Amino acid sequence: MTVLEIEHVAIGYSSTLIVDDLSVAIPKGQISTIIGPNGCGKSTLLKAVARVLRTQDGAVYLDGKAIHQLKTKEVAKRMAILPQTATAPGGLTVFELVSYGRFPHQTGFGTLRKEDYEYIHWAIDVTGLREFSDRPIEALSGGQRQRVWIAMALAQGTDILILDEPTTYLDLAHQLDILLLLQKLNKEEGRTIVMVLHDLNHASRFSQFMIAMRDGQLVVNGNPDEVMTKENLQKVFNIDATMALCPYSNNPICLSYQLYENAE
Amino acid sequence: MTTSAEAVEGLGKLEELQRRSHPVRAVVALIVGLITLIFAIGLSISFGAADISLGTVWTAVFHFSPDLTAHQIIRDIRLPRVLGAALVGGCFAVAGAIMQGMTRNPLADSGLLGLNSGAAFMLAVCFAFFPGLPYMFLILWSFVGAGLGVVIVYGIGSIAKGGLTPMRLVLAGAAVSALLGALGEGIALYYRIGQDLAFWYAGGVSGTKWYHLQILSPWILVAMIGALILSRSITLLSLGEEIAIGLGQRTGVIKVWGMIVVLILAGAAVSVVGAVGFVGLIIPHITRYIVGHDYRWIISCSLVYGALLVVLADLFARTINPPYEVPIGAIIAFIGVPFFLYLARKGGKEL
Repeated sequence: MTVLEIEHVAIGYSSTLIVDDLSVAIPKGQISTIIGPNGCGKSTLLKAVARVLRTQDGAVYLDGKAIHQLKTKEVAKRMAILPQTATAPGGLTVFELVSYGRFPHQTGFGTLRKEDYEYIHWAIDVTGLREFSDRPIEALSGGQRQRVWIAMALAQGTDILILDEPTTYLDLAHQLDILLLLQKLNKEEGRTIVMVLHDLNHASRFSQFMIAMRDGQLVVNGNPDEVMTKENLQKVFNIDATMALCPYSNNPICLSYQLYENAE
Repeated sequence: MTTSAEAVEGLGKLEELQRRSHPVRAVVALIVGLITLIFAIGLSISFGAADISLGTVWTAVFHFSPDLTAHQIIRDIRLPRVLGAALVGGCFAVAGAIMQGMTRNPLADSGLLGLNSGAAFMLAVCFAFFPGLPYMFLILWSFVGAGLGVVIVYGIGSIAKGGLTPMRLVLAGAAVSALLGALGEGIALYYRIGQDLAFWYAGGVSGTKWYHLQILSPWILVAMIGALILSRSITLLSLGEEIAIGLGQRTGVIKVWGMIVVLILAGAAVSVVGAVGFVGLIIPHITRYIVGHDYRWIISCSLVYGALLVVLADLFARTINPPYEVPIGAIIAFIGVPFFLYLARKGGKEL
């Protein structure tokens, strides 16, 4: 069952199209990951889904309804977005930032109700930030900060989470930490997660659905077994990959790789 | 068993209290600020060429008798002046707070980003080409001038490759301010209206009359209510545009309204006092430090403390070297410039 349908979208600035006529269906209740080389339009696609960018052609459908025709606050109740470069303003505490996740559910001058407090506390607990909840965000480490943003998205109480490179700038352990958290949210609560990842092996290990892009177009999509093949990696990244199996997920991973002699 | 449960609950309450410490501080700051402001207004009225006691100030305001000279001085000269100072301060500070929140630019200030000089330039044009234009129309042109300033500054700032960084905007603002200031002075010299403009450029509230306040008040009131309605949305925008969109905010609408409010506030203030800078830079930073990041509180506290700053600056301006008056702008710059340098040294990092 699909939850987000991307149909024939073209996205770009004035004359140059960054994404051109791309269609893909995001399955409900699964982790979907978009992979592709730098500048292939992954983030652009995600921004169009997040309605930060307008599509020049085609449309994104949420449960069958065109996303730009829905009220943006209604969309925000269904879908939370974590952009790539989220930086918190100075002086904001963890609790305060997470509480802004309740915005779509608030009316008027925005006082927090009991239900809002419950969501906020839950989001802070599930991301393991309880002891930090009254600290200013700039006093936290990079991994903790990323958790705070995820907590804010969780407090939004949506069943779809969209994340643009949630593991960038984090060390190996903290990357895994974030991905395990997302996996837990997916498995235990059935949340649909859509993200962009640069690490192919993480993408393969944690997702049930992968979308490989190149030059603003879809190269291949499907489960990791279908997408993570030597041929596809050549098509997408122009690399000569040596494939292996991930001992944790049994999905294919790229053990190591070489550039082709005739690389562009 | 029960005691430990109670202890846990007590701990929870303590946590909740700490969490709410920002609002608590905000309310305290607001009350303290208001009391200080009222006191400063009283003090400012009582000081001057003719010494008047605070008691007389009280009776002049609340039990006015037209026969007393002191009462007349207070009613006709000092009261409008000090109220003008308070209004101007509140306007500049709130305009600065909104700009900082919407653009995440810690150096945003109507003075630094060319709004004030745009409005002042337009006033010079009005004096030169439409002498005797009623004040009602002067302030409308002042709004237009503020808009002109901001359009040029943002235009220049965004031509540059790499987009609008805080520093770049301030540089563009400085250049445009210098240009518009020079043009205004040129017009003033050529058309011999220097006298009329002098107090505008020097930045003084000494010319404020009741009818000025009457015309300004409705504009300012509406803009301030607008600012308070927008304040929560501004908090959201200050998290970054993409975050705000993701949380379901119609950012375009908010930005347009925010800009309209800023133009009205800055334009109105300049039409009274001239191109005084730095109020909108200093005050929001100080209030943010005290009340945290919620613009509902930043804006309401900025209103009070901005008013306080300009009332005090006006008081100093009159008392440092009587009977001469030091320009208010110079006094505020005296605090503002070091403050600006301090913020700029931090690299103009995003808010």
